Amino acid sequence: MNGVHDMGGMHGMGPVVIEKDEPVFHAAWEARVYALQRVSSFHARWNTDMSRFSRERMPPAAYLAATYYERWLFGLQTLLVEQGLVTAQELATGRAATKAGEAVALRVSDVAARMRGRSSARVAAEVPPKFKPDDPVVARRMNPVGHTRLPRYVRGRRGTIHIDHGVFTFPDSNAMSRDPKPQHCYSVRFTARELWGLEGIARDSVYLDLFDDYLDAA
Amino acid sequence: MGNDHDKEHVREHDKPLSGPALRVKALESLLIEKGLVDPKALDAIIDLYETKVGPHNGARIVARAWTDPAYKRRLLADATAAIDEVGFGGSEGEDMIVLENAPKVHNVVVCTLCSCYPWPVLGLPPVWYKSSAYRARAVIDPRGVLKELGLELNDDVEVRVWDSTAELRYLVLPERPAGTEGWTEEQLAALVTRDAMVGVAKVLPPEATDR
Repeated sequence: MNGVHDMGGMHGMGPVVIEKDEPVFHAAWEARVYALQRVSSFHARWNTDMSRFSRERMPPAAYLAATYYERWLFGLQTLLVEQGLVTAQELATGRAATKAGEAVALRVSDVAARMRGRSSARVAAEVPPKFKPDDPVVARRMNPVGHTRLPRYVRGRRGTIHIDHGVFTFPDSNAMSRDPKPQHCYSVRFTARELWGLEGIARDSVYLDLFDDYLDAA
Repeated sequence: MGNDHDKEHVREHDKPLSGPALRVKALESLLIEKGLVDPKALDAIIDLYETKVGPHNGARIVARAWTDPAYKRRLLADATAAIDEVGFGGSEGEDMIVLENAPKVHNVVVCTLCSCYPWPVLGLPPVWYKSSAYRARAVIDPRGVLKELGLELNDDVEVRVWDSTAELRYLVLPERPAGTEGWTEEQLAALVTRDAMVGVAKVLPPEATDR
């Protein structure tokens, strides 16, 4: 979706300020919401792409005003209700109407293995690549209302395939219909001049990881 | 959008964002009551990311690459496997790529769409990395952002910005600073900063870090 989360190239956001000796969490609730998201995902009711899409759907004014973990809270509440782990009524009242049934919570003894576990989006499928390194490509001009990982700032721009990363789950369909639609994902190089015109420095470039379904031959 | 969706929007706007602590507490109680969450598991996850997983992990990788040429070759060829060798991996580090800085090439990492970050080697991302300013500006004005953060690059240095738009996660291998000949891995690791491994800083020579 063409949301405010797609920030690459925007102006007016102010300076970048690095906090000295920054704590991992700035408040206890931030730590709780982070852990709640991780533990809730253990129930396998949603995938990473659905999680990202849940946060992107935060209304734009609220998204911009929110901190990172406020967005996580919004996304988690959205997913819990949409995927039926809690009802909207339960969320509003804070009282459980029913127990979760057969769902088993992640046990503390399994946390380390779960966090260390590999859940790669890489797919062991034989899918032929559409492109090879050094191929010229153009990022599609597309405007899906659903989830996508093709930022607006590269749409319609010409780049070059740098690396073929192999076959991965396709986020757009995985977020909207749990269809992994395995396909090649590439590192694609765009010159700063191609992206930003004369404001771009001729020597510089931006690399994005893009899928076959985002690209056409140029 | 349907009416229900619009109502959601209105309701979200009306909620004061100043009360996330209360809302999170209520949500945690609800999920515990429903049997979906074990609070001890939450404690364990928080402890893991507050005390065990952090940039000191990445610093060990960098220091090892600086002192062991064979390891560096493996790291650049298959970062996931080479990082796993040292004992790090897992969520948000399943498919790693290491980018080597050089005198004429400077790499810097961003995620313009959310805040993707290599958790197993750098821990959870700092606020500046997640800020709208960094997400917006790193791709269009990387030199301006770096300069603001105290790193001015010469015109003859090529800047490569890596926008983490898929599931690949990036770690910058900074240049080894001068004046560290003969240093051990442990000594070198202590010099390596989180910001250098994202690419918004260089690793400073030992005398400069005493300031």
